[in-house]
Amino acid sequence: MNFSPDLIGDVLLMLRYQFMVNAFEAGTLIAIIAGIVGYLVILRRSSFAAHALAHTGFAGAAGAVLVGTSPVFGLLLFTSFSGSAMAVLGKRATHRDMEIGTVLAFALGLGLLFINLYRGGVATATYSILFGEILGISADAVLGTFVAFLALLVVLALVYRPLLFSALDEDVAEAKGMPILGLNVIFMLLVAVAVSMAVQVVGVLLIFSLLVTPAAIAVRLSNRPRYAIGISVGVALAATWLGLFIAWYEPYPVSFFITSLVFGLYVLVRLGQWVLTRSVSRRADPSVLNSVPAS
Amino acid sequence: MLGARSPPSPSAAAPVVVARGLDAGYPPENVVWRDAEFTIERGEFVAVIGPNGAGKTTAFRLLLGLLPPLRGSLRVFDAPPERGSPKIGYVPQRHAIDFETHVRCFELVRLGHSGHRWGFPRSGRVEREAAWSALDAVGARSLADRPLSALSGGELQRIFLAEALVGTPELLLLDEPLSNLDLRRSRELVGVIHGVVRSHRITALLVAHDINPLIPYLDKVIYVANGKVASGAPGEVLTSERLSRLYGLPVEVLRDSRGHLVIVGGEEHTEGELGGGEDHHEGEASGGYGHSAGVP
Repeated sequence: MNFSPDLIGDVLLMLRYQFMVNAFEAGTLIAIIAGIVGYLVILRRSSFAAHALAHTGFAGAAGAVLVGTSPVFGLLLFTSFSGSAMAVLGKRATHRDMEIGTVLAFALGLGLLFINLYRGGVATATYSILFGEILGISADAVLGTFVAFLALLVVLALVYRPLLFSALDEDVAEAKGMPILGLNVIFMLLVAVAVSMAVQVVGVLLIFSLLVTPAAIAVRLSNRPRYAIGISVGVALAATWLGLFIAWYEPYPVSFFITSLVFGLYVLVRLGQWVLTRSVSRRADPSVLNSVPAS
Repeated sequence: MLGARSPPSPSAAAPVVVARGLDAGYPPENVVWRDAEFTIERGEFVAVIGPNGAGKTTAFRLLLGLLPPLRGSLRVFDAPPERGSPKIGYVPQRHAIDFETHVRCFELVRLGHSGHRWGFPRSGRVEREAAWSALDAVGARSLADRPLSALSGGELQRIFLAEALVGTPELLLLDEPLSNLDLRRSRELVGVIHGVVRSHRITALLVAHDINPLIPYLDKVIYVANGKVASGAPGEVLTSERLSRLYGLPVEVLRDSRGHLVIVGGEEHTEGELGGGEDHHEGEASGGYGHSAGVP
């Protein structure tokens, strides 16, 4: 498809194709969830856990393909199970890395085995799990995504404040009677479902582009949680929509465009902030440079 | 929220904390200290002192209801300790906030008010006002919009204090609020704490390694060492002989030219050697302090 100046006409044309409508619908729901959950992932410093969940999801998806069901079920099953296991095993957030690494390596190995056992179109299945295949999403899958979307929003609204509180100040939250272990499990289940949804768009390997990078951009732009969540959702949405839009014209994978867009924005924000702080410190009194730094 | 307080309840005259024959520790084997007897009256400003790993934080965990007593009785506000009691404000010991925490201070203080509530947050005007007045009470209004990661140690302690005060507690438990602060900032912070505690008639317990900045304000000292807990008036506890025995090294209590007590401690102190047990859960023994009892 060639790029034309009539963008609105192009969009209308795109939306006459059911696979594009499905992709836009699912992409929108997933971007919103990934933006919100991603912010909590960053705040609770659990990006490694999210990464590991996606990898265990790979084993689940490969296993589901092997037994002939939808990869999403395998994803949900494996990510939920390993997420809860991670939450229960490592009580303190700072101590989780080793447990997570242990589970992660095992899961990848398991996924490899499943793929080897499978005698169908190995390459296609593997490829779409690893890198996402949003253009192939079915109307049924969109419906399932919508149900998961609603469920996650309800749970998030219920546990939002305790999750935030225990992320910032676990000791005080515990003293205030918050069930820290329970909150960890709930949080990991939220991440598990969000990961399972996002894998459809960007795949296991590129999961960070939706689940972490938008939130990483957001925390640099606002230190108010609600604004930051808004920005994070906005970035995820814009990247998904633009990625789909560009993929209409260009014969390259949507995941590549989404990943590049969020990465480009991240670099821009970092650069912008770097320039800003430099110009501020230049404008400051040069004698400051010679004085003793304030404690 | 910190302004008008309800009239004192009928139990206002009763002590805030009463411990009788209290044993603390982590089952089944690890008894940290035994047979503690102490009473804390309403409005008292109390220092909790003792070597690392002796069980000071363990005492806080008991008061907070996070750890059940092994034996004996402990009553807080004339009832067994209850986890999540709104009458207790707690500032745990911590060394720093992660430098990547891009969240403004105001949010943490606000969460101190409503962070333990489930359900979707509604308007939030009450909690915002509560957070502002707690910030005012500790003189930290100007820090509200700064990210937590950008604060100095003393500023962070003020924010933690505001976070604890925002729930209008009657008892404040502060675990080493002065660690990592220099002498001037320690004195400033103690001044702030004491001011708030007095003006709101809050009872306060502070764990401290360096009690010099606290001495002018203290009503009582609880000391934890060698598997025992005891308490007394500052004048009787803060003597060269008692403190030397407490820390197991020479400590001198002197009077400066203005008649103020000054504690001068030895330099060397091996962690945990005097303690009745290890505080695995608090990280109390992990800080590598090598603290003396006073200012070197």
